[in-house]
Amino acid sequence: MAHIPDGVLSAPVLLAGAAVSLAGCAYGLRQLAAERIPQVALMSAALFVAALVHFPVGPSSVHLILNGLAGILLGWAAFPALLVALLLQAVLFGFGGLIVLGVSVMNMALPAVLCRALFVVMSRSGNRRRTMIAAGLAGGVGVMLTALLVSLALALSGQEFAAVAKLVVFAHIPVAVIESIFTAAVIGLLLRVKPEVLGFTSTEVRDE
Amino acid sequence: MTALAEVSHPHTGSIDLPPLQKGGWGGFRASEHLLKTVDARLRVVACGIFALTVVGLTQIPSLLMALALAGCAAMAARLEFASTLRRMAALDGFILFVLFFLPFTVPGEGIFSLNGVTASYEGVLRAVEILLKANAVVLMIMALLGSMEPVELGHAMARLRLPVKFVHLFLFTVRYIEVLGREYRRLRTAMKARGFRLRCDPHTWRSIGYLFGMLLVRGIERAERIVTAMRCRGFQGHFHLMTEAEPVGRRDYAFVGLSVMAACALIILESLHW
Repeated sequence: MAHIPDGVLSAPVLLAGAAVSLAGCAYGLRQLAAERIPQVALMSAALFVAALVHFPVGPSSVHLILNGLAGILLGWAAFPALLVALLLQAVLFGFGGLIVLGVSVMNMALPAVLCRALFVVMSRSGNRRRTMIAAGLAGGVGVMLTALLVSLALALSGQEFAAVAKLVVFAHIPVAVIESIFTAAVIGLLLRVKPEVLGFTSTEVRDE
Repeated sequence: MTALAEVSHPHTGSIDLPPLQKGGWGGFRASEHLLKTVDARLRVVACGIFALTVVGLTQIPSLLMALALAGCAAMAARLEFASTLRRMAALDGFILFVLFFLPFTVPGEGIFSLNGVTASYEGVLRAVEILLKANAVVLMIMALLGSMEPVELGHAMARLRLPVKFVHLFLFTVRYIEVLGREYRRLRTAMKARGFRLRCDPHTWRSIGYLFGMLLVRGIERAERIVTAMRCRGFQGHFHLMTEAEPVGRRDYAFVGLSVMAACALIILESLHW
């Protein structure tokens, strides 16, 4: 549901989104060493594939947004990585539009960067339990912040979207719950199998 | 390839991941089409300008024309009718959700009422406007960009002087989606064989989480091997584009001419006050 089609948002919102995303992508790309590109691309591809999984919820189904996980794994590189993923979704599946890409990237990548900060602060000790809780929190917070930004973009585009804007936030609550458990599981597994990815050496990870 | 192109189903969790093969992604026909010979850069730029123009339009007649133009482009690109419609329907599923409220929230002259809430003429008009805009842009994206191979799109972006790192990221991602998609289906088959089904419970969410954790671990190790191989061949942050940029030909000029004419027609139609 993070995809807003073209034609909905107003020009000032579109411009602001484009400016923030452009700056974020420029910063993310500058920080990205050429040798890390395959790894970042791999995670971007994993997020793309994971977003295609439909989880049944009641009579309907939802798909994950995964920007919390993207933030934890990629940091600022989440900006260009999410731009690539959204661009491919637009071109291959017709999800979302072209002019809204700036806003969409901002809506997903800003929370991602915040989640990264949250995760780093909470998991510093290397305690397994704490790290997994941090991951779960980052997963849920990422989704809810994105929902808030989407609804803000809608509300700022016109009074007539106020009702939808509120609904968007509520509609994302199930996604946030699923994603929080999903993200905790992913990080739990990485912590066991390949803690280097998260910036830990294997001796740093402790159970107590 | 049939196994790769399995159709998405919400409760079996199989995903609609189009195979990477000659002739474009996303189930488009592989045959030569009119737009195929037009320079990819021109198609990218034209698509961007079209989207910018359409987003700025407000009159229903000019929006109808924009949709018609996108339809013509789709025919020129020989998009498959059924799969294109399916994609637009998926898009409209979301828009309809947004649009449902518009007639009731835009103030104006009432035309009908539902449960005591009055729908306004202006609101319906606004809803139609958004519906036309969104569909015109998406159809044009699928016609101009979706009909080329993603790698071609990456090369076009490189030739349009987008940052090299971004283009590399794009090209690597395109490649890895194919790799990870295959790996994902393999792991899901293994889970299915053990009786796993997608349900609405924490066990499902955790299991799929472990699946993607495993996917990441294997993938990251793969990326490490690739970086080693690249380093060993003296990679210095630069790839050669494997395809030559073809010289600008008659078709390209014709395409530019048609695009300019279409843009002018849209703007003129918009400026006539209806």
